[in-house]
Amino acid sequence: MRLLSTKATCNSHGQDSSYFLGWQEYEKNPYDEIHNPKGIIQMGLAENQLSFDLLESWLAKNPDVAGFKRDGKSIFRELALFQDYHGLPSFKKALVDFMAEIRGNKVTFDPDHIVLTAGATSANETLMFCLADQGEAFLLPTPYYPGFDRDLKWRTGAEIVPIQCTSSNNFQITETALKQAYEEARKRNLRVKGVLVTNPSNPLGTTMSRSELNLLVDFIKEKTDMHLISDEIYSGTVFSSPGFVSVMEILKERNDTDGIGNRVHVVYSLSKDLGLPGFRVGAIYSENDTVVAAATKMSSFGLVSSQTQYLLSAMLGDKKFTRNYIVENQKRLKRRQRMMVSGLQKAGISCLESNAGLFCWVDMRHLLHSNTFEAEMELWKKIVYQVGLNISPGSSCHCTEPGWFRVCFANMSEETLTLAMKRLKNFVVESTCTQRSALFNGTSKRKSLTKWVFRLSSRDHREQEER
Amino acid sequence: MALGTNSFQLLSNIATNDKHGENSPYFDGWKAYESNPFHPTKNPQGVIQMGLAENQLCFDLIEEWIINNPKASICTPEGVKWFKYIANFQDYHGLPEFRNAVANFMSKVRGGRVRFDPDRILMGGGATGANELIMFCLADPGDAFLVPSPYYPAFVRDLCWRTKARLIPVECHSSNNFNITREALEEAYSKAKDGNINVKGLIITNPSNPLGTTMDRETLKSIVGFINEKNIHLVCDEIYAATVFRAPCFVSVSEVMQDVEHCNKDLIHIVYSLSKDLGIPGFRVGIVYSYNDKVVNNGRKMSSFGLVSSQTQYLLAALLSDDEFVERFLAESARRLAARHNHFTKGLEKVNITCLPSNAGLFVWMNLRGLLKEKTFEGEMMLWRVIINEVKLNVSPGSAFNCSEPGWYRVCFDNMDDETVDVAVKRIRAFVGKETGKPVELKRWKSNLRLSFSSRRFDENVMSPHMMSPHSPMPHSPLVRAT
Repeated sequence: MRLLSTKATCNSHGQDSSYFLGWQEYEKNPYDEIHNPKGIIQMGLAENQLSFDLLESWLAKNPDVAGFKRDGKSIFRELALFQDYHGLPSFKKALVDFMAEIRGNKVTFDPDHIVLTAGATSANETLMFCLADQGEAFLLPTPYYPGFDRDLKWRTGAEIVPIQCTSSNNFQITETALKQAYEEARKRNLRVKGVLVTNPSNPLGTTMSRSELNLLVDFIKEKTDMHLISDEIYSGTVFSSPGFVSVMEILKERNDTDGIGNRVHVVYSLSKDLGLPGFRVGAIYSENDTVVAAATKMSSFGLVSSQTQYLLSAMLGDKKFTRNYIVENQKRLKRRQRMMVSGLQKAGISCLESNAGLFCWVDMRHLLHSNTFEAEMELWKKIVYQVGLNISPGSSCHCTEPGWFRVCFANMSEETLTLAMKRLKNFVVESTCTQRSALFNGTSKRKSLTKWVFRLSSRDHREQEER
Repeated sequence: MALGTNSFQLLSNIATNDKHGENSPYFDGWKAYESNPFHPTKNPQGVIQMGLAENQLCFDLIEEWIINNPKASICTPEGVKWFKYIANFQDYHGLPEFRNAVANFMSKVRGGRVRFDPDRILMGGGATGANELIMFCLADPGDAFLVPSPYYPAFVRDLCWRTKARLIPVECHSSNNFNITREALEEAYSKAKDGNINVKGLIITNPSNPLGTTMDRETLKSIVGFINEKNIHLVCDEIYAATVFRAPCFVSVSEVMQDVEHCNKDLIHIVYSLSKDLGIPGFRVGIVYSYNDKVVNNGRKMSSFGLVSSQTQYLLAALLSDDEFVERFLAESARRLAARHNHFTKGLEKVNITCLPSNAGLFVWMNLRGLLKEKTFEGEMMLWRVIINEVKLNVSPGSAFNCSEPGWYRVCFDNMDDETVDVAVKRIRAFVGKETGKPVELKRWKSNLRLSFSSRRFDENVMSPHMMSPHSPMPHSPLVRAT
């Protein structure tokens, strides 16, 4: 008899993928300006470290919160005991107000329709448990966040069927691709329960257009048992036009005459916008009362610490602070993105034009030996080991075209980013020289690489199971 | 949006079935309390909440520590230099200092008789999340775990709802103080096998909820022997470990393992939490400690779904690393728990109300069999409704815990102050009639049969929010109202 469950012994957690392995390599040899200047620079972590000073200065001005006090009175006891899965009302109110503010107050959210969860990781899994039975599928546009394989499929037993997007139209979702994905699911005998999109997109760093959003809403409108999940955890990181349009705005514009409001759900988190991934603050927003009721009960398995809810209720309840934070944070992200884009340009590398996120979707197709994922992996290995940058290969994001990489820019200092760009430039120059001299010498030499065993493309490793 | 069958097809089976366990007839107790909550001055005739297993006796000690240790917070001027690092820390290994501190604390709670390896500590979203996590690691859909009854009602939700595992009760009886016997285990196991049910393990709560007793060494050894023989897992929920307030002292499975010959460590797992021992359920600190490397490695990845807030990890790392504080806390907490227990039970003895002799927990397992009109579960429910509506105490009937014998009730008393305990005891005395000298009026018990009693078949799902954590809010908490 097998001792452990199938879930505990399979690979569906997806953490054998290159996305996570690069992470491990970094941990073995992490860059440090003083102690390890030749180490690997972490550019695979979509963290927002640009605006902590704003949070810290707020804390300095609000000492009560730190001491578990409100209006000078200790509320430690109440907080320590507070385990109501409906969440701290003041926190939910502050959170929905913050979400509205990020959307320019074009839409508002009802605090009674928000479910708090331990991070977006938990929010996404919980929604999947609520909407899909084992073996049912959700369609996701590629490329997508590698963690979805774990969050949406692992313990739920749900499936992901990709909507193939390509560089030919900047990876936007087309009606053809959507229909093809749906057909693919049907061929595999999978009942499709909905579509999940990340808007702004990870890893693209772009906001979805109105036409894309309307396309998706039209799509689920037709199929009466399908849902649309919009993971909007990067909504506060939009730093330039065309600006962020939430699916909730689209519904409002359409007056929801199609009555699909109860099949559209939003996932949010404070991990990216506020840079607080450690605090585990996620949320599900839905107008569907049944979903809210079920998700609320499920949130028992991952509530937000009351201590953290209280801190953030005070912080986000300070409207002057949030207004200033949102604007300043976006300014800094924009500046940082520009730095990266120009640094890449100097290295002869372009990237997808982006207006959001904590990363760029970088085009290194021209650096591949061949238009294959093997070549992408080779290039990636070189970049990790020789250039000393941990970036995320497109294959780990299920991209259909080899040669794209997600490179993060908001989790380091400006100096480190500058150094990273310099290293990359040197690498490209060397590679070009090597290629030229090889051609000149009539040989095509390949640099020998350390033997590296790993599970290759995401499509393969998803199917692997240890028995 | 109208709720109808349409919306039900729209959602998953899990989202629309009853296994969350909240649709139960025991809501009456909760409703009675919420609509008329006791307050010593504002509502002295209100219902006293005795269905909440919370430890409210030692907040002052923790509060004092926090005030004296501003560095433990990342929000104070003394601690803010760590804000950025901690706020950014989402590693599912957890803060090393936190794991070290928890391992240290767990060891101290066991009198230093065992040591715990911080690298085997996994986080879960409270014990609720931890229990579900270990189940996901050990059981496939349809697999079963044996669980001695009476047991914590929310086990059905925590262990079965999304995991689709099942529970098989192992009946325990008052004839031997509800101790688990080898015979009962063997019988339950064989019956399951005969029914083609795949038994993957046994889950015990030690100290027990609702019994409030600790398991003796011999029984624990016998259990470890049993699971080894059958090659099934043993999950020990030890979340009440530090609520032991008198002899016999707590014996953890971690201590007994060494004494059992050829014990397969891969089968042993502990679930822990700070919700009961420290009285901080709001901070959601659940722990899975496994001796099985594979469970640790994969369970750790699963813990992503319910990590402890790094802000909370940081605070507790400091608190639990303070050896002087921990030792003082454990001693004082045990003293206060003992005093409260004595206060309550002595008050009851005077009217011949007995409880199962207990040495732990935040409640007693009260024997009211003598007061039942009929020695049936219907009788138990009838008496329960009288206790709620007339005595005005919200207690939890044994059937909610799947007890095999009617007439037992779990009564919590560590979630209130001394004066409220006095009021509760007075009310019980009055009810039993000794104070006034009047005999108890039998006909009163027939009143208030507002809801029909569901048959025992459904007892697996019957529970009330107040017996489950997390649960509904304290209505008087200012935190419940949005400001």
